[in-house]
Amino acid sequence: MGKTLFDKVWDSHVVSQIEGGPSVLYIDRHLVHEVTSPQAFAGLDRRGISVFRPQNTVATPDHNVPTVNQDLTIQDKLSRMQVEKLKENTKKHGINHYGLNHPYQGIVHVIGPELGLTQPGMTIVCGDSHTSTHGAFGCVAFGIGTSEVEMVLATQCILQPKPKRMRITVDGKLKKGVGAKDIILYIISKISASGATGYFVEYAGSAIRNLSMEGRMTICNMSIEMGARGGHIAPDATTFEYIKGREFAPKGDEWEKKLAYWKNLFTDDDAVFDLELNYDAADIEPMITYGTNPGMGVGITGSIPKLDEIEESTKASFMKSMKYMDFEAGSNILGKTVDYVFVGSCTNGRIEDLRAFAKFVEGKKKADNIVAWIVPGSRQVEAQAKAEGLDKVLEAAGFVLRQPGCSACLAMNDDKIPEGNYAVSTSNRNFEGRQGPGARTMLASPITAAAAAITGKVTDPREFL
Amino acid sequence: MAIDKFVTLKTTCVPLPVENVDTDQIIPARFLKATTRDGFGENLFRDWRYDKSDKPVKEFVLNNPAYSGKVLAAGKNFGSGSSREHAAWAIHDYGFKAVVSSFFADIFKNNALNNGLLPVQVSPEFLAKIFKEIDKNPETEVEINLEMQKITLLSTGESENFEISPYKKKCLLNGYDDIDYLLSIKDKIEAFEAGKSI
Repeated sequence: MGKTLFDKVWDSHVVSQIEGGPSVLYIDRHLVHEVTSPQAFAGLDRRGISVFRPQNTVATPDHNVPTVNQDLTIQDKLSRMQVEKLKENTKKHGINHYGLNHPYQGIVHVIGPELGLTQPGMTIVCGDSHTSTHGAFGCVAFGIGTSEVEMVLATQCILQPKPKRMRITVDGKLKKGVGAKDIILYIISKISASGATGYFVEYAGSAIRNLSMEGRMTICNMSIEMGARGGHIAPDATTFEYIKGREFAPKGDEWEKKLAYWKNLFTDDDAVFDLELNYDAADIEPMITYGTNPGMGVGITGSIPKLDEIEESTKASFMKSMKYMDFEAGSNILGKTVDYVFVGSCTNGRIEDLRAFAKFVEGKKKADNIVAWIVPGSRQVEAQAKAEGLDKVLEAAGFVLRQPGCSACLAMNDDKIPEGNYAVSTSNRNFEGRQGPGARTMLASPITAAAAAITGKVTDPREFL
Repeated sequence: MAIDKFVTLKTTCVPLPVENVDTDQIIPARFLKATTRDGFGENLFRDWRYDKSDKPVKEFVLNNPAYSGKVLAAGKNFGSGSSREHAAWAIHDYGFKAVVSSFFADIFKNNALNNGLLPVQVSPEFLAKIFKEIDKNPETEVEINLEMQKITLLSTGESENFEISPYKKKCLLNGYDDIDYLLSIKDKIEAFEAGKSI
């Protein structure tokens, strides 16, 4: 029997197998940020050991950083301490650290790919659930807790039970105005926020294959939002083209050797998955969420489900969600008031996202009732946007390009949506209070966010295309 | 370094019959700025537990003196979302030793196990019974026996077995730590690295 892509990558990284227990999995790349690492470094100190393979480890501050005045001292004392602690810990252990104002700083899942650190067939972990992003390159990449961060720092290995395998195939042609974000919000709305728990997902099919690397990253990024351990896509010519020439990409003979290996990273025809799901790309509309988990999404011209359409056991949670959002069950999505628009995050903070937003708002004006935060995913994305004049396009339309970081995706810095306000956000989570205490989040694509920013309410972006 | 041992536990439960309790509810991101593992219990379920002027929300179960105990019983898909281990730290620091649910998110389950907090996955029917019994009488106790992998609802005598990997069971029963184990096989890891062709 053939092997799945997942089996090929996983099996080639198993150092040993504990009887009746997890695998000891070797990790090729460990990404580190300021929030989930200090306790892990402190653990090494308590044990009196140092980082086993600092050369396989890369660090950058992203969760806590302000998105204005990054050249000045961080005002929030606790945020500043975490950012400084990361600098101190990485220096002590000889880990590459891209600090604030370094040209390579940015959201850890944006900089990995753009620096060529993320390569097909790798195992990649980070103390952040959106590590699944790197699966776009055919990696086995997943988020871990701080005890596991310590494990990887100490031994470059992690103890992990092997998940089951799922394949989600999306075939066909996407309709106008529908992109990667809509595909993944559609899938999650179909299988729910826990529908892939216990599985590692491979995304396949012509609609996935036709996406750019950045679109693929958006898809894999949100794998965790349906509970999956991770999600990935087999590498192909699009992948290799993207990696070639990047800072840490293999060069010369090494490139040829790696390329030959990467070309074998695909699921064999006779490989078997534990679960297969199939969707038709033509069924997907621009998507938006109405509730407080990412599975509560609907096509933008649709309506919120009626109470009698909700499963009995879920009714209480659904009603709690409606109360939090102050939405009526059964009501239409279009035309709902919006106060804030956030474009950014490891889901949609890359250059193609900024291009799509800028192109949409070019020659138009931001609605007066909207506060918009446009946050590039990294210093390099920011520089590229400026080189392309996107900052000028945004300014002419009444928007400002901020500085890179996780920002309002989780509101650890000052970018908090005020209580009771509605945000159309290109990020990945609409949990209660995620974007600030009492904030109400509606997840959508960059162009759906742009349509809301222009009209001041939830609007079908196709009206402008 | 040792983690807390878990052998048996007999206790009342705190019921939280809400589904999809994500880690942002367990511990909101703005409380993740500490650089130690201590004190997160203070902000467990912060935005459900306190209003915006930091007054306790009377209706929330942690503020209801009728309910206490070392087990948190919660609706399905508990611990979804962010990988923050702070969620497991907060629950443990508050004083819980086990969480009972009909379904746990993967990363949360690993994080809990790595901190001596036992995730006990039961059937939706058994969970419903627990909620029903606590609703009738908040003094209802459960007994969890890790060696037997069994949870018993003492008011009715009904019990159910739960799954745990034999490896993790051994770790919890003895307080073993994963990192000590990995450090003990460092020669194997180095041999693996030496044999890696790509």
